[in-house]
Amino acid sequence: MKEDKKQVWGLIAPALFIMILIGVIPVLYIIYLSAFKYNVFAKVPMRYAGFDNFRKLVFDPDFLKSLRLGLTFVALCCGIELPLGLFIANLLTLNFKGKGIFRTILTLPLAMAPITIGSMWVLITNPDFGPVPFLFRKIGIEYNMGISANQAFFTTILVDLWHWTPFVVLTFMAGLSSLPNQPYEAALVDGATRWQTFRYVTIPLLKPVILTTLFIRIMDTFRVFDEVWMLTSGGPGTATRYVSIHLVRLVLQSMEYGYSSAMSLFLLYLTIIICFFLLTFISSSREAA
Amino acid sequence: MGGKKTLRLFFIYLVCIVIAAATLFPIYWMVVVSARTKLEVFAGPRLIQTSFYTMNYYRPFFQDVYGRYLLNSLIIASGNTLLVIFLAVLATYAFSRFRVPGSNNLFFWTITNRMAPPAVFIVPFFLMFTRLGLRDTQFGLILLYCISNLPFAIWLLKGMMDSIPRELDEAALIDGCSLWGVLWNVILPLAKPGVMVTAILNWIFAWNEYLFAAILTSVRARTITTGLAEFVTVIGTNWGEMAAVSVICLIPAVIFIGVAQKHIIAGLTFGAVKD
Repeated sequence: MKEDKKQVWGLIAPALFIMILIGVIPVLYIIYLSAFKYNVFAKVPMRYAGFDNFRKLVFDPDFLKSLRLGLTFVALCCGIELPLGLFIANLLTLNFKGKGIFRTILTLPLAMAPITIGSMWVLITNPDFGPVPFLFRKIGIEYNMGISANQAFFTTILVDLWHWTPFVVLTFMAGLSSLPNQPYEAALVDGATRWQTFRYVTIPLLKPVILTTLFIRIMDTFRVFDEVWMLTSGGPGTATRYVSIHLVRLVLQSMEYGYSSAMSLFLLYLTIIICFFLLTFISSSREAA
Repeated sequence: MGGKKTLRLFFIYLVCIVIAAATLFPIYWMVVVSARTKLEVFAGPRLIQTSFYTMNYYRPFFQDVYGRYLLNSLIIASGNTLLVIFLAVLATYAFSRFRVPGSNNLFFWTITNRMAPPAVFIVPFFLMFTRLGLRDTQFGLILLYCISNLPFAIWLLKGMMDSIPRELDEAALIDGCSLWGVLWNVILPLAKPGVMVTAILNWIFAWNEYLFAAILTSVRARTITTGLAEFVTVIGTNWGEMAAVSVICLIPAVIFIGVAQKHIIAGLTFGAVKD
C-alpha cells in the first residue's frame, strides 16, 4: 500500500506540477493583483487599494455594457442555433445517399482556426469587393461593418451561426441515432402525428443531449474572442465589445493591471458559478430521465 | 406513400444542398481571392477565377516572415502535443488504476478549465512570463497550452484507459514487470487508438490558438494565427496574401477531418455525446 502511494504520486506529480504552475498560481496572482491599483506608467506603480477595484467594477458603465452585450450575444446565438440545429438534425434522421459527405462538410468549420474564420468573413464582407455588400447594394442597402453598429453586431452573430450550427446539428444527429426504437413504434401504434411524436417522444428522450449542447454553446459564446476580434475588434464604437474583447482592450490600452485583474476575477467566478449550476442541472435531469 | 417519401427525400436533398453551399461558399471565396492579383481583387465580386497568382503564396512565406511563423506554429503545436500526451498518459494511468484524492471532481475541473474565458488569464501570464523570461519563446507557449489541453487530454484518455482490463497490467506486474514496463509494453499498445485521437485533437487546439500567442509573443515565437491577424494594417491590406495565408492555416484542419472526423463530436462534447 505504501509502495502504491509513492507510485501514484510519482505518476501524477509532473502533470500536477505544470497545472499548479500555469493553472493555480495565475489565479492566486489575479486575486493578489486585484487588491492593488497597479499601473506601470504611474509614479508609484503599485498601491494597495483593498476592494476599491471591485467597487469601481460594479459601477463601471463600460463593463456593464459589455456584459449586457455579451449576454445578448449568448442569448441570440443559442436561441437561433439550437432550434435550427434540432430542426435540421430531425430532418436528416432518414438514411439517404450522400449523408456521409454532408457530415464531412459540416465538420469543416469545427476544425478551422477561429482566426481563419474571422479573416474569411473579413474577405466576404469587405465593402470594396466582398459579395455580401455587393448583394446588399443590389437591394438598396449600404452595408459597411465599419460604420453601422447594428450591421456589425448581426454580422458577428451570423459568423457564430456559420461556425457553430454545424456542431449543434452533428451532436443532435449523433444523439438522435442512439435513441431507442421502441417508443417510436408505440407512438406509431397510438396514431400520433409527426409533431406529437417530435414533441412528446423525441424532445424528452433527447433532453440530456440538448442540455449538454446548450451548456457548451452558452460557455463558448460567452467567452467568444478570436472571430469577433478579427472581424470588428469590438467596434464600431463599442457595438461588438463582448466581455473578452472588453477585457483584452482594457489590458492593452490602459495597462491598468489591478483593475483588469479584478474584472478577470469577476468573470472567472461567473464562469465557475454558471458551470456549476448548469452541470448540476444537467446531472439532475439525467437522473430523472 | 411512395410519392410522399419521394417528396420528403427531395426536401431533404434541398436542405442539404443549401446548407452545404452556405458552409462551403466562404471557404471557396477565400481560395478564389487568394488566387487573384491586387488588381483582380478590386475588379468586383466575380465568382469564377481561371488564373492563379502564385506570388500571393510565395511572397509571404519565402520573402516575408510568415515562413518562420508557420515553422513556429508547427513546433509549438507538436511540442505541446508531445508534452501533454506524455504527462496525460502517466496521470491517467494513476487516475484509472489507483484511488486518487480529488479524482471525483476531475470532470468539473476539466470543464471549468476549458470553459473559462482565456482573456481572464492574460494579465497574470503576461507579468509572470516577463519575469521568468519566457515571453516570446516557443517553450513558453508549449508550456502554456497545457492549461486547457492537459485536463482535457486526461479526461478523454481516462474513459479509454478504464476500458482496458485491469487483469492485464496486474498480471504483468506480478510477472515482475516494472511500472514503466507495464505502461510502455501493455497499456500504451492497447490505448494507442485513443492516444492518437487525443493527440490529434490536442494538436488542432494548439494550432488554432490565438489570444495567448498574440499577447505573449512579439517576433521570434509568433505563430501563424497571430501573423494572420497582423495583416490588416493602416497602410492597406494585401487581401490576396491574407487569403493565401488563411488557406495555408486551414490545411491542418482539412487533413484532420480526413483522419479523425468521427471523433470530433465526442471530443468537443467531452465524450458526453458519442457518434
